[in-house]
Amino acid sequence: MPMKQSGLANKALAILIKDFKSEFRTRYAVNAIVMFALVTVVAVGFSTGGIALHKDMQGILLWLVIYFASIAGLGQSFIKEEENRTATALRLYASASSIYCGKFLFNLLLLIGLVIVIVPIFAVLIGLEIKCYSLFLAVLILAAISLAGSTTLIAAIISKASIKGVLMAALSFPVILPLLIIAIKGTQKSLYDNAIFFDGLPELKVLLSYAVVMTVVGFLLFDYVWND
Amino acid sequence: MLKMINKISVLVLFSWVIIGAYLIEPPMSGVSNPEIYRIFYFHVPIALVTFFAYGFTMFQAIMYLRKKELAYDYKSVSAASLGTVFCILATLSGSVFAKYTWGSFWNWDPRETSIAVLLLIYLAYFSLRSAISDPVRKANLSAVYSILGFIAAVFTMFIWPRITLGLHPGSPGDSASGAFIVMSAKTWLVFGPSILAFLLLYIWIYSISSKIKALERRLD
Repeated sequence: MPMKQSGLANKALAILIKDFKSEFRTRYAVNAIVMFALVTVVAVGFSTGGIALHKDMQGILLWLVIYFASIAGLGQSFIKEEENRTATALRLYASASSIYCGKFLFNLLLLIGLVIVIVPIFAVLIGLEIKCYSLFLAVLILAAISLAGSTTLIAAIISKASIKGVLMAALSFPVILPLLIIAIKGTQKSLYDNAIFFDGLPELKVLLSYAVVMTVVGFLLFDYVWND
Repeated sequence: MLKMINKISVLVLFSWVIIGAYLIEPPMSGVSNPEIYRIFYFHVPIALVTFFAYGFTMFQAIMYLRKKELAYDYKSVSAASLGTVFCILATLSGSVFAKYTWGSFWNWDPRETSIAVLLLIYLAYFSLRSAISDPVRKANLSAVYSILGFIAAVFTMFIWPRITLGLHPGSPGDSASGAFIVMSAKTWLVFGPSILAFLLLYIWIYSISSKIKALERRLD
């Protein structure tokens, strides 16, 4: 790949495109995430089959599926770099901040793709009825940004440790838990009858601040993890 | 000299706090069993020192990332492990209070859940440390995680309990005390020294354990 003196955004975009190309060839993370999500949604639907789930319960189950599917898949992008020994080449090509941006965007798009797959299946199998689409989407997008921001940094930490599989769940759970609970509350509010967008304003404020803080902290700290 | 003053003031302050906590009026009046609330004199200072300890862990981690000297890593990890001891004590004392006020040891109140999350964050921190063998890499990665973890802890400890209802005194759902606790001057006479006593105790044990960590490293 020819070295070009280009800005942070160009390099981040190049890394994003590279990740998509390699993902398209192997379908490593996509397969893991989609299969995991499908299996858990079907397991939930199967075990609650015939029972009309309360709206609160539907919001909880939706987020648990998204959370577990995301920690199954989002860690892969860095682990793959370390296992294929391409991390050093990547280090030469771009600065740490542009790598973080590229990987963050990749994980974010992966998460949004996951949500696009899960929500319709959930609607069919569990009987999810969204009453206020704008609130539902706003919660999903803000939560996806903060989920991607924190898991990208944690995935980079994990890729340097020796036991990778177990640590991802252990390290990301407590950091993501506050986000998860607020996202569940916001989603529940969008499912109630006569829900309007402003019902979820306190949740959206917290989610927005969490998203901003987590992405900024990830951006600042990534350098220390990547170039250790 | 400074250490001697520290030790003596820990002794004096703790004697006063233990006597005062049982003799001076309980911190809450107008509740059905005010005597239970005496645990406030121990539980709240321990929880505050826990938070101070984790903040101090983050401060040492930032110092490590700036200076890249392993001494800061040893300080950081001994601050965190001692903080975890205080965190467990705060959880246990809160749990005893919960049993005799709300009827069960664990109620999934936002405040209770957030201290459990705090405990989980630092247990994950120690499991990350044990998963890496190279000391420099261990110091680097655990410093980054402790910064991330402390920021998540601020969200769980201060923001989340305030937007949801709960049973804990001081939260909007508590019917006995309301959203704000007004403390009398007499209460402060015990509560203030109690915070100072636990803080000084923390600093004392911390200085010993970080010294031990440094000596162990010299032996290796």
